[in-house]
Amino acid sequence: MTIARSLHFKTYLLILLMVIFGPLGNVLLGKGMKQIGATGASAGVFGQLSRILTSGSIWLGIASLITFFVAYMLVLSWADYSYVQPASAVAYGMVALLAHYMLREVVTPLRWAGVGLICLGVLVVGHTPPRTTESN
Amino acid sequence: MRDLIFYLLIIGAGTGGELCVTRAMKEVGEVKDFRPAALLRVLLRALQVSWMWIGVALMATAFFSLLAVLSRENVSFVVPVTALSYGAGALGGKFFLGEKVTARRWAGVLLVCAGVTLVILGRR
Repeated sequence: MTIARSLHFKTYLLILLMVIFGPLGNVLLGKGMKQIGATGASAGVFGQLSRILTSGSIWLGIASLITFFVAYMLVLSWADYSYVQPASAVAYGMVALLAHYMLREVVTPLRWAGVGLICLGVLVVGHTPPRTTESN
Repeated sequence: MRDLIFYLLIIGAGTGGELCVTRAMKEVGEVKDFRPAALLRVLLRALQVSWMWIGVALMATAFFSLLAVLSRENVSFVVPVTALSYGAGALGGKFFLGEKVTARRWAGVLLVCAGVTLVILGRR
């Protein structure tokens, strides 16, 4: 019982880190690529690549995504993929919020409704046990 | 058309990569010690599993495809669309990793997919 509870706590903590840093990373990448896309459309592959690699937003985004990825890898060492993947979908709500407030993107009501449905799906999945396969 | 290929790569290579990484991490075993040195050892052990490298290569492909579409489309559109990988993820979890995907999980995944559909319909 205690083991199950600590397994749940560990799982939720790491999913929280994923939910914060994953969306932040994507939004920062979006910010960086919008800046590059606007000016670098005519540059070749290498020009584009060097613009990407010298963008502060892109590197901050990559750092966020690495944090996300480490948390993700750790949680996947014990929890089912089909449990973690939908559970991390709360991140979609975060992306919409961050894109709206940080990047001033227009999020239509239908898009908000879609994001809401995604989060509802997450709640349904959250009520299933984290592991169904045998542990070694 | 070019964007469609990029979206397919984000979803296909991304999900495939995550499934490979999961398989590798299950081989590494459950992480119980969260001290930095122990985490570093876990990382080094993970890098010795070939599934990890296949997974990382696939995820890198998905990453650059994501960058490509992000240069043209809004984040609040692109990221929800990539949630279509949820269906692929549940299928992969079931058939590639042998996980038991319960009816309830399927219901959750279906809700997520319905949400993605609304996001696509709400595009302007």
